[in-house]
Amino acid sequence: MALSDDSSWMTAAHSMGTTIIGVEYADGVVLGADSRTTTGIYVANRASDKISKLTDNVYICRSGSAADTQVISDYVRYLLHQHTIVLGEQATVKAAAKLVREIAYSNKSFLEAGMIVGGWDKHEKGSIFGVPIGGTLLRVPFTIGGSGSTYIFGFLDQAWRPGMSKQEAQDLVVKAVSLAMARDGGSGGVVRTVTISSEGVTRDYFSHDRLPKWHEDIPAGVSTALEALENANGEWMVV
Amino acid sequence: MEHTIEAFKREESLGARHSGAAAASDGKIHIERTQYPYVTGSSVLGIKYKDGILLAADMAASYGSTKRYKSFQRLKPVGKHAVIGASGEMSDFQQISTMLDELTLRDQMWDDSNTLGPHEIHSYLNRIMYQRRNKFDPLWNNIILGGVKNGKKYLGVVSMIGVHFEDDHVATGFGQHLARPELRKQWRADMTLEEGVRLLEKCLLVLYYRDRSSINKYQIAKVTEEGVTISSPFAIETNWELEAFQNPTKNAEGSW
Repeated sequence: MALSDDSSWMTAAHSMGTTIIGVEYADGVVLGADSRTTTGIYVANRASDKISKLTDNVYICRSGSAADTQVISDYVRYLLHQHTIVLGEQATVKAAAKLVREIAYSNKSFLEAGMIVGGWDKHEKGSIFGVPIGGTLLRVPFTIGGSGSTYIFGFLDQAWRPGMSKQEAQDLVVKAVSLAMARDGGSGGVVRTVTISSEGVTRDYFSHDRLPKWHEDIPAGVSTALEALENANGEWMVV
Repeated sequence: MEHTIEAFKREESLGARHSGAAAASDGKIHIERTQYPYVTGSSVLGIKYKDGILLAADMAASYGSTKRYKSFQRLKPVGKHAVIGASGEMSDFQQISTMLDELTLRDQMWDDSNTLGPHEIHSYLNRIMYQRRNKFDPLWNNIILGGVKNGKKYLGVVSMIGVHFEDDHVATGFGQHLARPELRKQWRADMTLEEGVRLLEKCLLVLYYRDRSSINKYQIAKVTEEGVTISSPFAIETNWELEAFQNPTKNAEGSW
């Protein structure tokens, strides 16, 4: 399939292939995502930020159509801002999630958006809500989304435990997203995480080189191409 | 009674936005009122027994062939006298649940010592489903409603196009094909609670073996004159020790 024959990539909608994840730990939540945005097969943005702030204490992971999820986030941010003023105190994670769900559900035939809402409030402490395509709303101890998520269901089934520490949860998130990125063409780049607890919010950036290496990955910068040529050992792939 | 996924096309002369819409040759913008189910629940079973109604469903909400959510409660109490169980699109089920909660709340607010019975709730559900069907924008669910009021047992079904009926035993999805025959053979009006539960377990087991979207994690709901109870999750023992399973292709290599 020649790239030049099919110019759909120039006009295709921006999709966030994506791997997104949200995990509850003992004192809060960790949200994680890759950084690849694609138009068809072209990587339009290799360093996107798919975890957006809704309020100081609630963030959202976005997957699916970039435009759709941006608009939904914008609406919910605006509504939550007003809600906070009226309420006189911080909005709850559940309130944010329900607003996201309302928009996603009532516009379901127009939208392609799978989202994870996570945050911390004084009532429920850390909570994670999944809002998959169609507008179902579910509170869950952890959830994954996006095209890359299919590759890590098995991994999470095995590796997730309740009551993890902050470090364990962050390690799990980075490991999970990076495993998905290893196999999913729609996911890649770097891993961004957002950790939310009673103490506040921290954003972390795991550059490409900081990510663990998996099967058939080789380290970069160890030998130059020239060196690799000089060290050629003759036999390559024999079936 | 299950529907395959079909697109319902409708012309809209006002420019409503659709991500794939383009002006057709007649100048109008074509809106596809396509509704696909995304996150779906599988079968629900319902039977009458001596003292009331039993409903059963597994706790899976699937995303295509992926068993995505495995603790999804598909049985919900409605007021004091009824239970609803749904298969199909789960976001639509959540919406219906909210509407029924509003209905029963308003009913309670009348404070007139009268409550909506299961038959009335069934009618209400039917109206909702049928009217959405008329707009070519269905709530993509197959719903079972069971209840007991003033000693009368009620068990009914409403489909996504508004087909509705009552019966002594009902099922949605695969249950219609795999469970109903068993229920036809074994159901009796005077079954005890234990016999009813055992019969449902037998049907659930068959569904677990043969429905790819099912998981071995269920809830059973019981409705009697006293009220509604929904069980905690439970699993059923399965049998994989049949001798014929050990070496099925021994005398026919390559077969399945």
